[in-house]
Amino acid sequence: MDNAISATGLVKQFGRTRALDGLDLHVATGEVHGFLGPNGAGKSTTIRVLLGLLRADEGTATLLSGDPWRDATTLHRRLAYVPGDVNLWPTLSGGEVIDLLGRLRGGLDPVRRKDLLDRFDLDPRKKARTYSKGNRQKVALVAALASDCELLILDEPTSGLDPLMEQVFADCIQAERKSGRTVLLSSHILSEVEALCDRVSIIRAGRTVETGTLAELRHLTRTSVTAELAGPGDGVAAIPGVYDLVAEGNRLTCEVDTVKLDELLRHLTSVGVRSLTSQPPTLEELFLRHYEQDEPAVTA
Amino acid sequence: MTSTRRAPARGGGTRTADRAPAPAAPESGGGQHSFVGTGTLVRLALRRDRLMVPIWLGVLFLLTIMSSLSVKDLFGSAASRDQLAGSAGATPATVAMYGPSWDVGTLGGLSTWKMNTMGTVLLGLVSIFVVTRHTRGDEEPGRLELIRAGVAGRYSALTAGVLVALLTNVVSIPLVALGLMAGSVGAGPSFGYALALALVGFVFTGLAALTAQLTESSRAANGIAAAVLAVAFLLRALGDTTSQISWLDWLSPLGWLVRFRAFAPQPHWWLLVPPVVALLALLVAGYLLAGRRDLGAGLLPARLGRPAASRLLSGPFGLAWRLHRGTLLGWSIGFAVLGAALGSVSNGLDDFAASKGVRDMLQALGGQQALVDSYLSFTMALAALVVAVYLVQSLLRMRGEETAYRAEPVLATPVGRLRWAASHVTVAVLGAAWLLVLMGLFAGLGRGGDDVGHQIGRLLGAALAQLPAALVLAGITIALIGLLPRWSVAAWGLLGLFVAIGQFGDLLKLDQRVRDVSPFTHTPTVLGGTVSATPLIVLSLVAIALAAIGLLGLRRRDIGAA
Repeated sequence: MDNAISATGLVKQFGRTRALDGLDLHVATGEVHGFLGPNGAGKSTTIRVLLGLLRADEGTATLLSGDPWRDATTLHRRLAYVPGDVNLWPTLSGGEVIDLLGRLRGGLDPVRRKDLLDRFDLDPRKKARTYSKGNRQKVALVAALASDCELLILDEPTSGLDPLMEQVFADCIQAERKSGRTVLLSSHILSEVEALCDRVSIIRAGRTVETGTLAELRHLTRTSVTAELAGPGDGVAAIPGVYDLVAEGNRLTCEVDTVKLDELLRHLTSVGVRSLTSQPPTLEELFLRHYEQDEPAVTA
Repeated sequence: MTSTRRAPARGGGTRTADRAPAPAAPESGGGQHSFVGTGTLVRLALRRDRLMVPIWLGVLFLLTIMSSLSVKDLFGSAASRDQLAGSAGATPATVAMYGPSWDVGTLGGLSTWKMNTMGTVLLGLVSIFVVTRHTRGDEEPGRLELIRAGVAGRYSALTAGVLVALLTNVVSIPLVALGLMAGSVGAGPSFGYALALALVGFVFTGLAALTAQLTESSRAANGIAAAVLAVAFLLRALGDTTSQISWLDWLSPLGWLVRFRAFAPQPHWWLLVPPVVALLALLVAGYLLAGRRDLGAGLLPARLGRPAASRLLSGPFGLAWRLHRGTLLGWSIGFAVLGAALGSVSNGLDDFAASKGVRDMLQALGGQQALVDSYLSFTMALAALVVAVYLVQSLLRMRGEETAYRAEPVLATPVGRLRWAASHVTVAVLGAAWLLVLMGLFAGLGRGGDDVGHQIGRLLGAALAQLPAALVLAGITIALIGLLPRWSVAAWGLLGLFVAIGQFGDLLKLDQRVRDVSPFTHTPTVLGGTVSATPLIVLSLVAIALAAIGLLGLRRRDIGAA
């Protein structure tokens, strides 16, 4: 099998809530796969199904060529998991938790453990009770990254980390990619996924709405641009792919399809640019724009 | 962490308390503004405690009633009470356990004699838990930060916790008094005793207000206060049993209680003063500290743990042992003390039975040994209920691990669900067996005499015979966790039902078929009877079957809080 993870048509119902509604997810071996969706979209539920903690009501899932429910314990030898909300035993120290989780997985590399503790700047002697959310996350990350396994399943691993630590995390994931490990990285931050992932699946309300390489998903992204020009920016409205244009004197703001960004900038520089800010839209904005009106279309 | 003085968050504006000389009174928080929001927090505390506090008070009330009714029933005549005062009441073990037996000759004195320890432990602990829960217990996880960022003063949470704890103790006064009056004890002395008992609770309320300021963790705050309670008990026990150091009594709130002597002709009313003074002194200390420290900080440094796990902590069993060991240690001490007390009290019964009239009566009933044996059998059966409490508590911890999402990272490793569950079940069941062994061993040692070895063997057997019935409760708990996880706590309800059937079965003249529902009905009397192993085997099989059903259910269901 080429796919480390292969899930088709997953359905999971909790009482009246349909947490998963025909979700598809395919992660090729050796790739870093972004798993994107707003809060409550079903990312954690999908991961729990893949870990055999929840049983899907419908659909099929294959993990490392095994059945995640039936073969849970044997499959878990080959993967490491970082939960989205890391809860630790309050009386154990961080170092004890790292060692315990590592040994449960069959041992961890002491050199890598020490290196990761240094890089993440984590004091392993502190009791888990006293750790902040970010520090609890670091404990789980060190335990996962220091163990030798084929697949890393990370559920919003950076949500409590500061920017400095996010960078350390990004470096670690780059290293994992080089060493050929498969990574499933769930997130609701588009820029993080853009920086790290080979391919991306975007889910909403328990369904996969888009999946593909980032280049393939370019059409989804629009960049918002604010520019201060040397003269009036006439003609911008005529460029295809520019939306929501507001021009006041020499100042303009607009949204532009990322594939048309080049054309817009060419036009702006021809007028003369005094200042320019551009930022990618947040994932939520993206969803609002593309899927609020239309019913989400499922793509394979 | 050290406590640093800092500018008041509200009211004080830009004043820097760091440079100002230490103020004599905690007015740095801005006077009465420091108490803003107390009313709301009291209502919040009452809402959160609406189950816990009534249960504690209900247990205290039931204990009082059971104590006074049984005294009236068994020792209704003054002669029988005097007899007891001269025999069981005079052994060092009982005096250490319950206090001096000065007033055991009166109905009220005898009823409250055994309550001195139980009552102070109950009221002391509930006071400590209530105060800590609403102060450090909210501060540690950051909930208090949310509250204090709103319109709530520096002292509002502390004041709310103290008020609710004091209220709990005040409510206990009529409950204890009415419980005593149920056994035909006079109203005046009953209320006097209940007041003195509640004042012990006041002292521990003040103590908890202080300890909540000392440590960053609420567990440690509770632990320090409970340790002081244990020391107070020991001081009283030592002072009462050793005349050279009887002054130790005066250092202990429990000593003040036993020396108050509500049922003596002239109670020492002035002994109601020291608890009030202690409360005020402790509160002043607590408020002074609360006014000067940062939110979240403690005075004592947080203890660091090991930087790496020991060899023991390398699998699910090591983890389960680590999680259960603290609780088991506490229970072990309790069972050892209980066993020792039991054994030595039974010696007092020997003396009691040695007097002429009683001996004749006992001969008719089956001999002195029969009296002692039936007493020991009765208390062993009570121990079975207590062991069942331990089992339910430690097995529900397994469900607690699941709902707190701490089972998830373990189950995401090669550890399967059965191994994970087995780790908790094994530690709980072996722990229960261990507790009963301790109890039998110490009961045998306490009983002592020339044939200690023989006594230990007999009592060990009697104690372990209680295990199968308690294991049925373990089976029920596992079955609930596996099949109806959301209803796991119903195990407590079933245990309560079985206890009620056992305790009130005779009183309510319950049908035998109803009594048979309780597993504890089926434990045979091991001491002084012919023992049949059949019920023990059947009980064990039922327990195993229930556990197997539960584990099968656990394998098939979703893991998580839902």
